[in-house]
Amino acid sequence: MSSERITKKLTFKTFRFNAETDFLPYFKTYEMEVGKDELVLDILNRIKWEFDGSFSYRRSCRHGICGSCSIKVNGKPVLSCKQNVWELVDIFETDTLLLEPQSKKRVVKDMIIDKKDFWSKHDKLKPYLVAEIDEHPKEEIKVSPHDAEQLLEADYCIQCGNCYYACPAVEVNEEYFGPAQFAKAYRFNADVRDTAKRDRLEKVREMGPGVWDCVKCFECAEACPKDVDPIGKITKLHNQIFEEGMAQDNVATRHAVGFKHSILKHGLLDEGELVRYSEGNIGVMKHMPEAIAMFKKGKIVMPWNMPKSKNLDEIKTLVKSSSKVKF
Amino acid sequence: MAELKYALYTGCTARESTPELLMSTLAVAKKLGIELVLLDEASCCGASHLQDFDDFLSLVLNARNICYAEKQNLNMVTICNTCQLNTVMTKERLDTDENLKSQVNEKLAEVGLEYKGTSSVRHFLYAIIDDYGLDKLAEQVVKPLDDFNIAAFYGCHNIRPSHLHRKHNAPQDIGEGGGEEAFEKEPLMSKYNGGEDPYNPSSLDRIIDALKGKSVDYESKNKCCGFHADLQAPHTAHKLTGTALLDAIDNDADMMVTPCPLCHLNMDVKQNAVAKEMGRDIKLPILHLPQLIGLALGIDPKELGLQHNVSEPEFV
Repeated sequence: MSSERITKKLTFKTFRFNAETDFLPYFKTYEMEVGKDELVLDILNRIKWEFDGSFSYRRSCRHGICGSCSIKVNGKPVLSCKQNVWELVDIFETDTLLLEPQSKKRVVKDMIIDKKDFWSKHDKLKPYLVAEIDEHPKEEIKVSPHDAEQLLEADYCIQCGNCYYACPAVEVNEEYFGPAQFAKAYRFNADVRDTAKRDRLEKVREMGPGVWDCVKCFECAEACPKDVDPIGKITKLHNQIFEEGMAQDNVATRHAVGFKHSILKHGLLDEGELVRYSEGNIGVMKHMPEAIAMFKKGKIVMPWNMPKSKNLDEIKTLVKSSSKVKF
Repeated sequence: MAELKYALYTGCTARESTPELLMSTLAVAKKLGIELVLLDEASCCGASHLQDFDDFLSLVLNARNICYAEKQNLNMVTICNTCQLNTVMTKERLDTDENLKSQVNEKLAEVGLEYKGTSSVRHFLYAIIDDYGLDKLAEQVVKPLDDFNIAAFYGCHNIRPSHLHRKHNAPQDIGEGGGEEAFEKEPLMSKYNGGEDPYNPSSLDRIIDALKGKSVDYESKNKCCGFHADLQAPHTAHKLTGTALLDAIDNDADMMVTPCPLCHLNMDVKQNAVAKEMGRDIKLPILHLPQLIGLALGIDPKELGLQHNVSEPEFV
């Protein structure tokens, strides 16, 4: 067997910017031979050690647990110390990779970003256990394996920010809490020892910052290096809002509930009625320009022509017997 | 090749606000000799909103839909990304959790049904690529689209979460999962699902290529259109739709194509409202995937329902 090391010649187009001295960001290109076991963090180190000592990035544990070294490569959020470089070459079918910080508008220097909003939004959702605990307990507080499983591995989050800076809702709505923050809220809401569930739900049910502004794109689930599945936790928070009887009567809650009404009546969704029910008789008026354009093109089904599923009786039976939540 | 036959779960949109999607799907299937059996018994999938309210109910309803494909011994195909994801998420949960499956089957028994897990659930797009074949599709082209720059817009729920799609959208002869063997053959990357990677998806671009069109390379192709927040967060939804549309326009797209009717609604119907939000004119024809394929196969535009598109495809 040959002991010769197999490498690929790759080009790294690297985002450079110093907020203190630079007027505009720029890209610098570094070429190097990369072996099949090298990680993105190895590349960041080599840029600093072999090319330019002023290149800056966060790093610490090198074991995928401190969450410091996340960046984006060709738009894909990666935890540098876990991401193999050849795999990226394979995914993007290119020898040139683009190294960028998680969020360009938050850059302090090169790959280092200011995570202030990431942390302050965590703070608002009480990201810790709230419980009356005896300072001198006679025995430990017991949590059964079944109860512990209810966290659904939300406690695996290392707060690397991959999901937060991949989330398009965060990008266009500054007040939106964000996927990592919701996963953390769920982590403590699901903890049997915790007593602040309703406080957190008060916050996450708000329109604007809360869970209703999630666009359900699954970018967070895809970006997470720990398989926390933040959107799964967002769904759980939606469920908790209804289960706790804390759902406010607004366009978002009516939108979710409206599906059930429609399915009960037609099996299929009555699109027009869903919009009317969600928005209310007055709110629905703002959709008129689109409704007229759609009507002209034969895209609006009139109530008397609303198609129905075959065997609708079965659906009615199931909706009645399987419903578990009230509004 | 064995004859291709599937149970078609149309979803609600194709029966209401995007009739052209159902028309063009049936027309293309007929032309290609693919038999589609309509699942008229199926209900709404809950569109990712019903499960926010009542998760169990949504599971039962989606399982019922799959039952009707199973009863006919057919694999299911979908023509809406969101139907696809909701149905396949249900399938995954029931197939991997016996306890949950028996709870759901207890309810389904009330109406004489049982979920078994015997039918696969895939988007029609992948059935065309993996079962029918792009080479064969290319042979059928009578009106090559070589005059057009076409921007593929993938839609979130077909590409994310990728682990789920890789497993369930796999071609039939491969079965589930990757395993050692697949890893050895294709080191570092699974080629299932047409090798679709959520950060560099290629299925639509490869179809455009087979139809002899030029596919547009632009950043927003795998981004979100914001549809699911349309009502509760219109600002967010408009911004996302607008960003993607303008990105396509700025990269010289003559039209956009999408496999998802919900993306289509936002991109096609809302161009005026979105233009106001973005402060720029927006005019771009948006085609459903089967409309695009149908045009290249020489099917009459009327049969493809192009008269229903709001942003008029004037080139036809």
